[in-house]
Amino acid sequence: MDNYFTIFGLSQSFDIDTKKLAEYYRNLQRTVHPDKFVNAPERERRLAMQKAVQINEAFQTLKNPLKRGLYMLQLHGMDINDSSVMDAEFLMLQMELHEQLNSIKQQSNPVDSLNSFLNQVQHEQHQLNILLSEQFSKKSYQLAYENIQKLQFFTKLYEEALKLEENLL
Amino acid sequence: MAYSEKVLDHYEKPRNVGNLDKDDQSVGTGMVGAPACGDVMRLQIKVGDNGVIEDAKFKTYGCGSAIASSSLLTEWVKGKTLEEASAIKNTEIAEELALPPVKIHCSVLAESAVKSAIEDYNKKQKV
Repeated sequence: MDNYFTIFGLSQSFDIDTKKLAEYYRNLQRTVHPDKFVNAPERERRLAMQKAVQINEAFQTLKNPLKRGLYMLQLHGMDINDSSVMDAEFLMLQMELHEQLNSIKQQSNPVDSLNSFLNQVQHEQHQLNILLSEQFSKKSYQLAYENIQKLQFFTKLYEEALKLEENLL
Repeated sequence: MAYSEKVLDHYEKPRNVGNLDKDDQSVGTGMVGAPACGDVMRLQIKVGDNGVIEDAKFKTYGCGSAIASSSLLTEWVKGKTLEEASAIKNTEIAEELALPPVKIHCSVLAESAVKSAIEDYNKKQKV
């Protein structure tokens, strides 16, 4: 069966050229575009539609580092929801960051504080992506698993910070 | 999604929010996180000389069900022995709060938090 990487003719890797991926995606979508199947038999139309959905799912998954990492782990039979995180030091940091985010509203210059907060979270995400690229390429899936969990926490934090930004602006 | 009345009650009026001195020998601190939703939970217990939990505090960043589960649990563990507290099952929490299946993991998280707090306390006593 095709996996999301083979659909685009890619080998399984955490490092992806997202520009090229977008290009492959557009080319591939063109081959299954409904316009091409207007006069085709119903079965072919349905298959093309299915293929289009699959290509879209694959693209959405692979273009995002977190989703891509989760998917790669899944291909190796690992589900990050199977275990909770107990790393006290890491959780303490998450707690502090949440507290920091909650206090931003009361600050005199919340927009600036929020910006530096977002930068900080982005920096952490970037560092994790570097580690993940190394660990996936070395097939160190257990380590990658832990870092994907961490990336998930930072992603959640980032989304919450963006929600606050909507309220501030 | 609609929350049950009990969840809303704990969410709007969380019991025992705050923290205890984590360096205190009689305090056990448990921290757990759920990677799927990014929830972080801290649950602390203060144990008396008789081995009974005198006080409990929590702080949870997460959804209403996670907050309610930890809030309820701090109420439950007070006055219990460590053994009794560690016997609390997530299913009891889920049942009391009428958590829907997709939120069961919040009660699991709370159960792990108490267990981890007790473990932390026991570790301190051995030193």
